[in-house]
Amino acid sequence: MVNTANFLDFEKPLVELEKKIDELTAAAAAGTGANVRDEISKLRAKSNKALADLYANLDPWKKTKVARHPDRPHYVDYVRSLVKDFVPLAGDRNFADDEAIMGGLGRFKGRNCVIIGHEKGKTTDERLKHNFGMARPEGYRKAIRLMDMAEKFGLPVISLVDTAGAYPGLDAEERGQAEAIARSTERCLTLGVPMVAVITGEGGSGGAVAIASANSVLMLENSIYSVISPEGAASILYRSNDKAKDAAIGMKITAQDLKGLGVIDEIIPEPLGGAHRHSDAVIKSVGEAVDKALKAFDGMDAAAIKAHRRERFLKIGRSLQA
Amino acid sequence: MSWLDRIRPGINKLLKKKTNDTPDNLWVKCPDTGEMLYRADLEAKLWVTPSGRHMRINGETRLKQLFDNSQYEAIDLPEVVEDPLKFKDDKKYVDRLKAARAANNARDCMSIGYGKIKGNDVVVIVQDFSFMGGSLGMAAGEAFIKAAETAVAKNCGMICVTAAGGARMQEGILSLMQMPRTTLAIDSLRDAALPYIVLLTDPTTGGVTASYAMLGDIHIAEPGALIGFAGPRVIEQTIRQKLPPGFQRSEYLKEHGMVDIVVHRADLRETFGKLLGMLKPQAKAA
Repeated sequence: MVNTANFLDFEKPLVELEKKIDELTAAAAAGTGANVRDEISKLRAKSNKALADLYANLDPWKKTKVARHPDRPHYVDYVRSLVKDFVPLAGDRNFADDEAIMGGLGRFKGRNCVIIGHEKGKTTDERLKHNFGMARPEGYRKAIRLMDMAEKFGLPVISLVDTAGAYPGLDAEERGQAEAIARSTERCLTLGVPMVAVITGEGGSGGAVAIASANSVLMLENSIYSVISPEGAASILYRSNDKAKDAAIGMKITAQDLKGLGVIDEIIPEPLGGAHRHSDAVIKSVGEAVDKALKAFDGMDAAAIKAHRRERFLKIGRSLQA
Repeated sequence: MSWLDRIRPGINKLLKKKTNDTPDNLWVKCPDTGEMLYRADLEAKLWVTPSGRHMRINGETRLKQLFDNSQYEAIDLPEVVEDPLKFKDDKKYVDRLKAARAANNARDCMSIGYGKIKGNDVVVIVQDFSFMGGSLGMAAGEAFIKAAETAVAKNCGMICVTAAGGARMQEGILSLMQMPRTTLAIDSLRDAALPYIVLLTDPTTGGVTASYAMLGDIHIAEPGALIGFAGPRVIEQTIRQKLPPGFQRSEYLKEHGMVDIVVHRADLRETFGKLLGMLKPQAKAA
């Protein structure tokens, strides 16, 4: 049975089909109705075709919705599947532990690594606990602390980015949100060990950059990375919340756009229907892509790794044509 | 963005120096008291009103105020690709740029000068809020990198005077990428053991605060400047509470450990002179 409760608005045409399939399947199980099996496979084919059509040409606004889908794999899912002997590490040693950014040590495909990343949470309780993936200064300071440790022990850093942005609250400002983000970005850029970042869902503004200023920046096919949310841009630039779609298109926020602009290095494909329908396959692809990206830095010394990152960011925008 | 709209006409008025001969511009209305202030007096007071308000000033005015005898070498801004995203909201980005250039007589929001403050060589880069809200785009990012490269080449310190609403949204992700790019420029100043001093002015928010504005060896703020990551309106919407008075102002940031000193505009040269004198770069080995 497919859970239609989490279908996105543009996926609604599929809901009816799925419901019908469920009814018929139930009827078949009860032994009522003739030719039910044929009917089910016909509907199944129709549903698959409809899904393929929907996902063949997702516009940037639909991609934004897919990128935010609650069933997409999150930090904890990636870590559970890809990291062995994971030891979660908490706290900024200064004020608190911020669970909007998680971190820990573990073995990824035979390498000891530091793995940091945003966690949005799935259930209501989890979402509150993780503050919907919107970090406070403590989250960024924890990331800095873990990057310091990675440097000390020569461990590569894997960063999984999925945030609407840094938390815009009074307490966050009070404790230096801007400074924490700036220092975290700086720490990424000064690391003498390789760092690979994957935008797995939303790469929201400075809150994303703070842990995404890496040697390799990869993006899942239906993720977005943006200077401001489409809704935010719509209310400021277009002075209308209805223009989020226009803003999403205009700002060039999709993986495909960003690859074209030279901002990201690689797009990790998602199976038809998006990561939220194919968690296991997507986690596996992300694992392979990160492994490949890390291998490129094998044997490189700290100075060369730093220089690589510096070159990578300084050249962004310089060869673009108007 | 309502506060931004509110102050914009005031800034535009201030910048229309050419029309000095009209009686209108002989006087400037104090934004706090409503008192009419004689323009020449205000200029002599470095655009600080009798009630202490440090008014927003443009890049050229700032550079002249800071350098010895108002003398400096202007450093050209690097060329960047214009409107790479072909962005359009209710207006085309290229048209907004054109209008901002005409109104400000500048290519973008940054101005760079190289000269001396109290005898110390220094590169000063100034962000002008009146140019599209001082927003950080590719032009501003490249200018910042150029300023840092100049400081390294001249083996001198760098001062950045910040004023911005944040990133230039019309350049999308390319504006966001200026956060790591400017951070790399600061990194090269550190590698060369050169001082990097930030002067935070009203207002400094968003991606600018969350990058080069908060990475100085020393952070100085002008009194009463709005400084923060998220804007006050966004925070109020998030927490559904009114913000306390003085929140995100210079004095509040000092109290919370983010700013070293709050310095009156009239005392900036003195302060910079002392700091640059003590954080002197080592003589370069031949």
